[in-house]
Amino acid sequence: MEQFAALLRSKDKQPVRYLVVDDSVFARKNITKMIETFGGQVAGEAGDGCTAITEYDRTRPDVVLMDITMPQMEGIEAAERIVRNHPEARVIMVSSVGYQENIVTALQKGARHFVQKPVKPEVLYEVIKYVLGEDAVAAAGAAAGEKQ
Amino acid sequence: MRMELIQPFINAADAVLAETLQCSTKIGDVAMEEEAYRRKGTAAIIHIHGDIEGRVIFDLDNATAAKVAAYLAGEPVGESADIIRETVFELANQIIGNAVTTLNDQGFRFKIAPPELHSDELGEKSNEEQEALVMCFDTANGSVYMNIAMRYNRRRRQERAVVAG
Repeated sequence: MEQFAALLRSKDKQPVRYLVVDDSVFARKNITKMIETFGGQVAGEAGDGCTAITEYDRTRPDVVLMDITMPQMEGIEAAERIVRNHPEARVIMVSSVGYQENIVTALQKGARHFVQKPVKPEVLYEVIKYVLGEDAVAAAGAAAGEKQ
Repeated sequence: MRMELIQPFINAADAVLAETLQCSTKIGDVAMEEEAYRRKGTAAIIHIHGDIEGRVIFDLDNATAAKVAAYLAGEPVGESADIIRETVFELANQIIGNAVTTLNDQGFRFKIAPPELHSDELGEKSNEEQEALVMCFDTANGSVYMNIAMRYNRRRRQERAVVAG
C-alpha cells in the first residue's frame, strides 16, 4: 500500500486517533490498514451506530470514519447524536451510497465530509487532512510507520 | 430488458471490482436468463422496491471470494463460510451503493434491502415482466457473476405524478 507523510496532531505531535465505524469487518480492516499508512492510530471500532456513540464517549478520537448503512442505528443518526453531544467531533462519512440527498443530509446533521466506497487511500488522506485543518501536521520527510 | 436501469449496475460492478481488486475487468458471458438461476458458489441477493423494482444476485465461487476477501482486508484471510459470506455481502453492498447513487441522482426513489444469503441451488424463474440478465465479470482473481432483473414500478410512478400534478 502507498505510504503517506504521517499525519500528527499539532498540539502534541502524537498520531491522530481514529474511531472506525462499519458493520463490515472487511471495511474496518481495510480502513485500519489505510490509517496505519497515514501514521494514525485506531482508538476504537464499532459495527453499528449505537456502539459508535458509546465508543466515541470512551475513546474521544480525533476523527470518526463512519459508514451509513448499518444495523440498529444508521451512520447519519449516529453522527448527529455524537455531534450534538460533542460539537467538536469530526465525523467523516464513508459509504458506497453517495447520492446528493444522502450527502447533504449527512452534512446537515454535522458530518464534516463524505468519502465514497470503494475508498481510495489518497482521497481519504486528503479529506482527513482537510477536516483536521490546523489541528494536524504532515510530518515532513517522514513516511508513516517510521519513527518520528 | 430495461438497459437504462441495468447499465448503472454494470458500470458500478465494473468500477468497484477494478478498484477493489486493483486489476482490469472484462465482461465475459452475457445472457438473458430464461430458466431458473443456478447458483455458482456463495451468492447474495438484494431486493429493490420503489420507482424501480427487482433484485440483483452476486455470486462468487469460494476460491474467488477468498481472493477478494484478502484484497478487501488488505491481508490474507481464511476461507471460512463466514468470511466468504461477509466478502460477498460487502462487495454487493459497494456495487449496489454505487449503482443506487447514479439512479438516485437521475430522480428514481427506492429502498434497498440489506443483502441476504441466496442459498437455494436454483433461483426463481424470470418472466416477461421482469427478464433477468446474467453476466460474468472476468478478473485476474476469478469470475464474479451478476444476475439482475429490474423493472419500472408503473403504479408508483403514477402515484408520484398525481402528487406532483
